[in-house]
Amino acid sequence: MAEAKAGAGPTERAAKKDATGLTGRKQYFRRRKVCKFCTEKIDVIDFKDVKLIGQFVSERGKILPRRLTGTCSVHQRALTVAIKRARNIALLPFAAAF
Amino acid sequence: MRKYEIIFVVKPDVPEEDVDKLITQMEGVVTGTGGKLEKTEKMGRRRLAYRVAGCREGFYVLFNLEGSGETVKEFERRLKVTDSVLKFLTVRVDEELRRAEKFKALRAKQEARRPRAKAAAVPATPADLTQG
Repeated sequence: MAEAKAGAGPTERAAKKDATGLTGRKQYFRRRKVCKFCTEKIDVIDFKDVKLIGQFVSERGKILPRRLTGTCSVHQRALTVAIKRARNIALLPFAAAF
Repeated sequence: MRKYEIIFVVKPDVPEEDVDKLITQMEGVVTGTGGKLEKTEKMGRRRLAYRVAGCREGFYVLFNLEGSGETVKEFERRLKVTDSVLKFLTVRVDEELRRAEKFKALRAKQEARRPRAKAAAVPATPADLTQG
């Protein structure tokens, strides 16, 4: 048993490495999430850009967490401020009307 | 001198000429208090995300200006007094713009360095794999 475990170790590690490189033989594989603002090189997150900011808000009007969107911490903080500003000027809802 | 962005929402039942009149009036406020006007923009009629004073729509107007706190103070006072204005929001933007500028410069620097970094990374990967 112990041997088998030890034997599985390296291959598992190799697979993990592959998974980060978008291949791998797990049954399901999640696309690695990357920060949209980093990849698209958006420095200033504008509160007026509802189309962009709206993607990071849930149907109920809540700010989506980083673990769902993959936004990096720097941009998540800036995004939070932008969303709150947009709410203040009625571009985004505080809470969706139901 | 600081840069500000002031956005305000006008009631939807106000005719467009009156909105124009209000804009020229506010432009006068900016220049009258020693501020510098950069840009004014009518963002147009939009649906509000929630009801404000019974209105479901609003006419958005955006001002970009440079000035002192006095300018903003007077500007906001005028907006508060004007009945046709539903909401307004002032954001100071100069610091953000400066930071964005810095990021841009940093990225340009990295971009210039990248080809060398890539060449160094390629031989390293097979060694990593055999170790693992």
